[in-house]
Amino acid sequence: MAFAERGHPIQLAARDAETLSEMKTDLELRHRVTVTCHDFDVLALDSHGVFLDGLPEDPRIVICAVGVMGEQEENEADMDAHSRVLRTNFEGPASLFALLAGRMARRGSGTLVGISSVAGLRGRAINYVYGSAKAGFTAYLSGLRNRLTEDGVHVVTVLPGFVNTAMTADLDLPERLTAEPQEVAEAILRAVDKKKNVIYVRPIWWLVMTIICAIPEAIFKKLKI
Amino acid sequence: MTKALSGWGRYPKVKTQVEAPRSTADLQELLAQGRPVIARGNGRSYGDSAVGAPLTLEMRHFNRMISFDAETGQLVAEAGVSLGDIIKGFLPRGWFLAVTPGSKFVTLGGAIAADVHGKNHHKDGSFATCVDWIDVLGPGGQVTRAEKGSALFEWTLGGMGLTGIILRAAIRLRPVESGWIRQTTIPVPNLAAAMAAFDQAQDATYSVAWIDCLARGKDLGRSLVMLGEHADAAEVPKKARKNPLETRERAKKTFPFDLPGFALNGLTVRAFNALYYAQGRRNAGVSYVDWDTYFYPLDAILGWNRIYGRKGFVQFQCALPLKTSEAGLRALLQATGRAGAGSFLAVLKRLGAQDSRFSFPMEGYTLALDFPVGPRTLALVDRLHAIALEHGGRFYLAKDARMSAEMLRRADDRVPDFETMRAETGAAPRLASAQSERLAL
Repeated sequence: MAFAERGHPIQLAARDAETLSEMKTDLELRHRVTVTCHDFDVLALDSHGVFLDGLPEDPRIVICAVGVMGEQEENEADMDAHSRVLRTNFEGPASLFALLAGRMARRGSGTLVGISSVAGLRGRAINYVYGSAKAGFTAYLSGLRNRLTEDGVHVVTVLPGFVNTAMTADLDLPERLTAEPQEVAEAILRAVDKKKNVIYVRPIWWLVMTIICAIPEAIFKKLKI
Repeated sequence: MTKALSGWGRYPKVKTQVEAPRSTADLQELLAQGRPVIARGNGRSYGDSAVGAPLTLEMRHFNRMISFDAETGQLVAEAGVSLGDIIKGFLPRGWFLAVTPGSKFVTLGGAIAADVHGKNHHKDGSFATCVDWIDVLGPGGQVTRAEKGSALFEWTLGGMGLTGIILRAAIRLRPVESGWIRQTTIPVPNLAAAMAAFDQAQDATYSVAWIDCLARGKDLGRSLVMLGEHADAAEVPKKARKNPLETRERAKKTFPFDLPGFALNGLTVRAFNALYYAQGRRNAGVSYVDWDTYFYPLDAILGWNRIYGRKGFVQFQCALPLKTSEAGLRALLQATGRAGAGSFLAVLKRLGAQDSRFSFPMEGYTLALDFPVGPRTLALVDRLHAIALEHGGRFYLAKDARMSAEMLRRADDRVPDFETMRAETGAAPRLASAQSERLAL
């Protein structure tokens, strides 16, 4: 929405593009921009190229907000769930960005925004399946940025911390650490404008994660956080 | 999630479970659980009207615009869309709200539930006049489209969310040439002069007065009466003439709204009021202000409710019938001045005639005063309630945090019909707020 307000045409993609129609109408009414909706399944790797070819025009800025947390206990025990979390959070987005990276590099411009997670900064017992996939994605984004800088393509890594969304609706989250989706959008807009590399949405998360990452492993392994 | 929730006044705080459903199906499921619910928009009603007794349903996910007809100016949108969103989307196309309260953070659903009024009430009526239809989720889980004139429509406009959950509405916007208001400021030395100024300004589109509620004796009721008209494209300030609908850059804040951080007390408020009045006298006459400054001066200070401190504040707002207005206002101002517990946000407004099932406005005057919460000020508010009652007054439920069930019934003879409607439709006890429980509605 923040981008639509600037007058950018918007391409929305989801597993079922039908579900985007209300959002399309809303964006068009509010901001008088052209909005198109596209079917996209992040796990169907073979379809990613076709998906990109099918877009009405090559996107200049791509925001990838794909993620699934699952239940840690289920992720540990059920290898299908395990694989689904790893692939959805890492393999799928990485595959899409690999294709986009090539296209943007050839064009010599573009911005890729990957929404990763603070959970990827250090593996913890309560969510390491999700966290490790996000860690992979974070590293991937870092690598892409390193590779694409000379091609004029910018890569933003977003580590939002807790966000008040459907994924976290059942969790009891501390208010000061929990951002509204609108805050994330504004932070992304700023990061794209100012060519920031890695952003937290609420600055306090930088402090929280710096402390968590500084704890020696010998102690960390005994903690329940 | 369970938390202590309050309205904009941050008083009272009530423990309630809060859910933020994403779809009508979610809402239906929550209703079917059988616990009483109340919908909440942006939480801009002052007291406890959008706080659920057991369960509060935040409507922020219902924030989509659905259609707009550029011929008629009819906008269809979900209840959680804020009035500010509507202005942002449609002012650039030459449309403005037909009726707006003093905050743009109010949601469409909230504006309907409280049947809010604006500075043009004397001319255009309350929010209900610009609503064509509403979709309401009833207590049994059914969605009904209520057209203007239907019983459900008439009860829901002003029904404080106690008839059902407002999902969507069709409202009419007003065509404007610019985002600017031609404002005329008239300083008046006392209450009689203020009322005379309102009488003379019946034809003005907008009229409102800031009133110095601490002035006493011969100065009692001294005010700045502010009239407004939508400015034509040709008359807006030079810098804006190129694009008169574009007012994104908010004009520099003027004195009254740069509120000091120190504690409020009789002395500081008195000093503030004297200065503000003097400033108004200097700036008397015509000026051009952008819509945001004119309609929503307090929105410039996000979280202005905090200046009243942790305990929060209460707002007293009554409407008095025309016949008793002068005597009633005089008595209210005398009581406030004597207590020395005034606020800077004292507003006087002439209301036009309105005949509705449960809405607040009636032909006469409305006075609104804020007070920081404390034993002395709460006692004063009780006194003000009593004075307003003696003069045939009624109270604004969107502001109320304090009234008793008995007082409501003495103030408003429409309560029994409202209760009958609630019983017949099954809205009671399925839809209930902390306020409706306090008021035994």
